[in-house]
Amino acid sequence: MKPASFAYFSPKSLDEALANIAEVGDDGGKILAGGQSLVPAMNFRMAQPTALVDLNEIQELFYIKPTDTGGLVIGAMTRDRTVELDSLVKKRAPIIPECLYWMAHPTIRNRGTFGGALAHSDPAGQLPVVAVVMNFNFHIQSKDADRWSGADDFFVSVYTTCLEADEILTGIEVPAMTKMSGYSYKQVSRQTGESALLGVATLLSLDDAGIVKDCRIAYMGVAEKPVMAMEAMAMLNGNQPSDELITEAIEATVKGELDPGADIHASVEYRLHLARTLGAASVKEAVIRAAKQE
Amino acid sequence: MEKKFLGQRIKRNEDPRILTGRAKYMADITYHNMLHAAFLRSDYPHAKLNSVDISAALEIPGVIAVYTAEDLGDLWHPGPVLVPAPHSIPGIKANSRTQIPIVKDIIHHQGEVIAMVVAENRYIAEDALAVIIVDSDPLPAVENIEDALKPDSPLVHEELGTNLATYVRQERGNFAEIKTKADYVLQQRFVMDRGGAGAMENRGFCANWEEDSQQLTIHCNTQSPSGLRNSMAAWFGIPEQRVRVVVPFVGGAFGPKVMTNQPEEVLCTFASIKLNRPIKWLEDRSENFIGTTAERMQVHDCEITFNKDGKVLGIRDSFLYDTGAFNPYTATIPLNTQTHTTGLYNIPVFLTEFTSVFTNKMIVSPVRGAGRTYGVFVMERMLDMVARQLDQDPTYIREINLIPADAKFPLETGIIAQDFAQFVLDSGNYPAVLKKAKDMIGYDDFKKNIQPKLRAEGKFIGIGLVLFTENTGVGPYEGAKITVGNSGKVFASSIYGTQGQGHFTVFAQIVADQIGCRVEDVIVETGDTDKFAWGTGTFASRGATVLGNAYHHTAKLVRAKILATASRLFNVPEDELELGDGVVRIADVPEKFIKMGDLATKANPMRGTIKPGTEPGLEATGFYAPPYGATAYGAAAAILEVDPISFNIKFHKFVFVDDCGTVINPMILDGQLHGGIQMGIGNSYFEKLVYDENAQLLNGSLMDYLIPRATDMPSKMEIGHLNTPSPLNPLGIKGVGESGTIPIPPLYCQAIEDAFNLPGLFISEVPLSPSVVYQLVENAKSKKQGELL
Repeated sequence: MKPASFAYFSPKSLDEALANIAEVGDDGGKILAGGQSLVPAMNFRMAQPTALVDLNEIQELFYIKPTDTGGLVIGAMTRDRTVELDSLVKKRAPIIPECLYWMAHPTIRNRGTFGGALAHSDPAGQLPVVAVVMNFNFHIQSKDADRWSGADDFFVSVYTTCLEADEILTGIEVPAMTKMSGYSYKQVSRQTGESALLGVATLLSLDDAGIVKDCRIAYMGVAEKPVMAMEAMAMLNGNQPSDELITEAIEATVKGELDPGADIHASVEYRLHLARTLGAASVKEAVIRAAKQE
Repeated sequence: MEKKFLGQRIKRNEDPRILTGRAKYMADITYHNMLHAAFLRSDYPHAKLNSVDISAALEIPGVIAVYTAEDLGDLWHPGPVLVPAPHSIPGIKANSRTQIPIVKDIIHHQGEVIAMVVAENRYIAEDALAVIIVDSDPLPAVENIEDALKPDSPLVHEELGTNLATYVRQERGNFAEIKTKADYVLQQRFVMDRGGAGAMENRGFCANWEEDSQQLTIHCNTQSPSGLRNSMAAWFGIPEQRVRVVVPFVGGAFGPKVMTNQPEEVLCTFASIKLNRPIKWLEDRSENFIGTTAERMQVHDCEITFNKDGKVLGIRDSFLYDTGAFNPYTATIPLNTQTHTTGLYNIPVFLTEFTSVFTNKMIVSPVRGAGRTYGVFVMERMLDMVARQLDQDPTYIREINLIPADAKFPLETGIIAQDFAQFVLDSGNYPAVLKKAKDMIGYDDFKKNIQPKLRAEGKFIGIGLVLFTENTGVGPYEGAKITVGNSGKVFASSIYGTQGQGHFTVFAQIVADQIGCRVEDVIVETGDTDKFAWGTGTFASRGATVLGNAYHHTAKLVRAKILATASRLFNVPEDELELGDGVVRIADVPEKFIKMGDLATKANPMRGTIKPGTEPGLEATGFYAPPYGATAYGAAAAILEVDPISFNIKFHKFVFVDDCGTVINPMILDGQLHGGIQMGIGNSYFEKLVYDENAQLLNGSLMDYLIPRATDMPSKMEIGHLNTPSPLNPLGIKGVGESGTIPIPPLYCQAIEDAFNLPGLFISEVPLSPSVVYQLVENAKSKKQGELL
């Protein structure tokens, strides 16, 4: 379990890193962020990058800043543990620390990065599903270009994003959570810190009459990338979120929209059971939290 | 018997070195001119090997050599049978096939070695592996043990004409007859799979052949240093005295490291002799999953006959056992299953037969529990079937079937055990262990008062209580040499193999009691064949029992020498002397004493004359050989809750009661049980090696093969003890190393069934998982009452 040989770059600025990746990206060079997924894959020789451009020395990629609109911008190299424990994040986007709690173990979060976990596009990853419900905005840069991508476009498939070989994810804009919004992140894994079998993220608001609006629900662990629960969202929006309606709405999504696979840890039936029970629990928790803010 | 330290909760002598990172492990072994080995392993479980092209590998700078089967010449041959078949059992069928060091023509399992690279470092060696071209044709693989015996099955060893490895039938009484006389006969199929050992440290081996001195020095984290020395001496034609095996600190073993003549051992030694340089190989986790050994599946077809009153009359257990591609350990595991099935119960009639089957999978070796778990599993599950059939409490059915406290021990069982001696229950009080476990878990109160309330709240919470035996401390023998040095330190050497059990402390306690010194002044050495040559190894929970008694016996011999020497010196009778605190003193004259080190100097004078025939020094060598294994036993009980969403399990209470006779160090004993229980939890709910229909392993990494962690354990394990000394050995010890692991799977099954309280839910297969339990519960919900058994 030793990696194949590779060239190594340790740029000290973003410009330098962009120049490095422009040079090696097309020939199989990769970005090294926290290395918590890439390095094990290299040790298994499942990943054999010809070169690594290490972003760990680039101070300008480590930051958490408020935006004028009530959201956040997070530098791609900010450690997951830093984000998890940050008071501004907790205030403006509490669903993020809630999902990060489930990501591996604290020692891994100490090293793993916010941008790295998103760019890895793990179908069982916590941040991608939250990115989809919150609709993160991804700042993508290359030597010659600078663009933004929404979450819908960013995640393409298993371990695949819309990033081109010469591009770096440099920052993530987290939109403001609306006033009176409730949130919930729930997941099931077989062991603490182990890969999720299924997870669900919910975001919704209640108006003064207790009617659901802006409901967004997404699942992970059921497909190659996060899946929005469109049917459940449609049934909940504009209605009183009774327990019966929540169960019915989630059932509509489970029956109509989810097509999970089986693996050695979970049968299809068990995954659907998780989708049903965890989905309903997540919506109920979000409703309770939204109601409490009134 | 002197007993100052025996039974004391003494901190471990070895811990300062381990905890401060100063203990050396295999990865720390190094020579200045050392080379590193890596192995190309088969991806196919079964294939015909046509050719291996190593030319590109040889061109990589830093690659020193690449070897394939033909390089071995006459040294290419199958390894020896490590444990013979129990030929004394009438009707036995035995086919033996042992592993070869490197594939020549047929690949028998995934992970078998096809080529060896020796390079300046492991990185280069692995680069070389990547460019070796293997031409092979895959063959149909034998995966399923039930299909393997069908006439149209592919064969693992074509020339045998069958996949049958071993067949053994043992019967106590006449089952066919008793079956006609019982009120009830129930039949059930059980499947139990067990996984790998999951030691924190994988295997490691370093061979250093020195041409000038004709000396082979091996560093290896083996469980059997003497066995490894003997096997390498035999394989390479070197006198044992010129082969030194040194075992550094070892990060866990649990069974697989008892296997010798492993391909990597032979090949590294071969390469070191060939290149006259030290060669080191550290097994990585990927190799460990496919290239070492593990335990495997058994499929049991069982019958239990019993009367209306719940008394069991007889049991039949016919089982298949997956032994993997080779069977160097022959039948140790299924014999352990046979001996542990009826356990501490009074079962007049018992018919047990097994067929061990070759498959295209990694070799099977004992893993902590080593076959006992399967026997305990089917027995405990069958007693639960009886309880449910008669609508009785499971603990009541156990109680009325236990061998009574006033039984005339030792009790012969009529069943031959892994040491080819009859399995004998040497001592114990079985009803007492059941009662203690019941009291500690609060069984009656939970059933009557607590569970109904929690059920009313919608919680899935259940209780379980199971019993087990562990046949431990089997022969043939162990020995020790103890020397009191001029410094007063006592050097106590043996050749055993220690992997975290606390041997450096427990043996020191035994020796210190006899010598009359402090525990920390006894330096125990168990891992260097040059320090002591005679011994067998670590297996079958035999360290404390067999080697402990060898140390005890030898320390008494040294004590006699101390007394004789001091008696001459002080000119007083021996019975007026006292030993303690590192000095010998005259009992009634406190100021008249000599330090043990000074006495050692006097016992080994450098000038002058000594009485002819006197052995110099305060030293002795002694051995201990048990007549047969001592049998420990105990009970495990738990209250657990199943999460209705995840089906993950949380323990509310966990109790373990054990009787291992005389306790040497209660703290170390607790630790042994905690670790054993953790492996049992793994066997019950986490650990499973999953093979596809072509015998290809699907979860060969710790990302998918789940080993229980601290967060999966009960937050508290309450440990209780009974102490019935074994009459078999002077110290009265019974082993305990595997006890914690053995009873856990049936405990899970019983408690989970109790949690859901569904008539149609009966669990007959382990390991379980949340997904599996979900499915069983769903299936049970759709069954009608009475469909269960």
